Amino acid sequence: MRERTYAPSRILIYLVVSLIAAAWLAPLAVVVLNSLRTNEEIAQGSMIGWPQHFAWSNYAAAWSGFCVAETCAGIRPYMLNSALVTIPATIFSTLLGAVAGYAVSLWRFRGDSWIYGIVTLGIFLPQQMRLLPWTIVLRDTGLMNTLTGLVLIHTIQGLSFTTLFCRNYYVAIPHELIRAARIDGAGFFRVFWRIILPLSPPILVVTVVWQFTHIWNEFLYGVTFTTGQQQPVTAALIALSAAVADIPQHGVQSAAVIIAALPTLLIYLFGGRYFVRGLTAGAVK
Amino acid sequence: MTDAISTPMHPGRPATSDMVRRLPEYLMIWVPLLLSAAHLIAFSLWTIWISFTPSTLVPVTGWVGLRNYSAVAASRNWQIALDNLLLFGSTFVVLSLATGLILAILLDQRIRGENVLRSIFLYPLAVSFVVTGTVWSWLLNPGLGIQKLVHDLGWSSFRFDWLIDRDMAIWTIVIAAIWQSSGFAMALFLAGLRSVDADLIRAAQIDGAGPVRMYRRVILPTLWPITVTVIVIQLQFAISTFDLVRALTNGGPGIATQLPALVVYDLMFQRSLLGRGAAAAVLMLLILLGVLLPYAAWRYVQRRRTIHA
Repeated sequence: MRERTYAPSRILIYLVVSLIAAAWLAPLAVVVLNSLRTNEEIAQGSMIGWPQHFAWSNYAAAWSGFCVAETCAGIRPYMLNSALVTIPATIFSTLLGAVAGYAVSLWRFRGDSWIYGIVTLGIFLPQQMRLLPWTIVLRDTGLMNTLTGLVLIHTIQGLSFTTLFCRNYYVAIPHELIRAARIDGAGFFRVFWRIILPLSPPILVVTVVWQFTHIWNEFLYGVTFTTGQQQPVTAALIALSAAVADIPQHGVQSAAVIIAALPTLLIYLFGGRYFVRGLTAGAVK
Repeated sequence: MTDAISTPMHPGRPATSDMVRRLPEYLMIWVPLLLSAAHLIAFSLWTIWISFTPSTLVPVTGWVGLRNYSAVAASRNWQIALDNLLLFGSTFVVLSLATGLILAILLDQRIRGENVLRSIFLYPLAVSFVVTGTVWSWLLNPGLGIQKLVHDLGWSSFRFDWLIDRDMAIWTIVIAAIWQSSGFAMALFLAGLRSVDADLIRAAQIDGAGPVRMYRRVILPTLWPITVTVIVIQLQFAISTFDLVRALTNGGPGIATQLPALVVYDLMFQRSLLGRGAAAAVLMLLILLGVLLPYAAWRYVQRRRTIHA
């Protein structure tokens, strides 16, 4: 049933799949093309069209030229903010999640399954239930409107995912390996460094890809807890579209959208396999 | 870590030093886990408590019973949000499931370029909802996007102005959400299709089953557990949808595409009605539990059955 090659039904399958694929790529193609068209060109026609000549200047303007509120520094400072939040939060949540996942899976202690159950609840709990408490915590610690505050939030919240990923991976490690090492006198950390960590790269890549994508794309906390120059790029994009609503600058905006999406798109392009694994690991527990 | 530090026993020291020596270990095990668990429980309880207080601009003590809840439930904003959630949630889940299943079955036909195609259907998931919402708002904007293009091509009576149509605007959210997340359903279904027992397929082939019969009778019935999981996760996504609407319609025109997550944000941070905002958040949680608890029960029964089987 799965090996015929040139039957009419095969042609139909290819046709349908290609059409859907074209529809799926269209939004991306539209933004890429618009990022190379001048604002006048877009205003005269529609958002959908081929550039008459390539307006590369849109990228320069999007990167460091256009103005949001009184600041005219383009998207660059917000990209930097996002990087300064995403990179440390990804590293911290991954490392802590690896230790926590290792502790609950291989270093059984009293109440571990309860703690683990509560931690993974964080995956389902709506962000809205935590908005007000985080506001209070950030205000009282003086971290409101700081990147450090966002790093803290994403590190703690990220633990729900990273602990789940690592725990599910570590339970498959033969317990005899751990038991033997413990009999030899190796403690918690020694087992972790010498046995667990060397076995971990496959799951750590998945966790890093997943956390990076998640944190980079996050919007609600960014827009709630930061303003102006402290905002991550997702929040800045919304501010940008509100700011240019009167004088449309769709060429520049498209370039800004591409730049903002580039880090996660690149990760997806080069680490798609790990991205999908994270997707399914998050879904099937 | 060097061997000197982790050498188990230092002779001559009192027993408490063992505890002290192992302190970093305990800290590393317990602090992150406890911090995570404690913040989830304490934050949830605190939000629930606030929802029963008369808090407006700042949290205050006091008890107003269910007054915040009745105020939220009676507001037009919330009623529209609930109607929209029902419509958006059901159509989005059904359509993205169908799209995902069709894509998975098509990709399962051993076609060329499967990897590339799979990547194309999945890439929206890697991009932020803010980005995809913005792009879809351009495409669906009648003055800029598809309608304008068709007009420019000469068909001037063509109309596709759902984005600014009060009755139709919610469908633009459905369209963008399907585009964004049916790749997820596809990925899970494809994994399910690929794990169908080869012997089962061979046996059906020997019995003379054609492709359609094969899928209907043999392959698709094995996908039920995955289908339920996908439905639950997509519903969970629908219930907490915020960024996509914020970027695509910002709840408009008027409040036509309002959803619970936007109402919560509006009450908490734009109208400074903390008590009501918290009540709306708790209502969101209850809706979510209405999906998750039956799912957890179903999972439990399934697991019991596989253990006893």
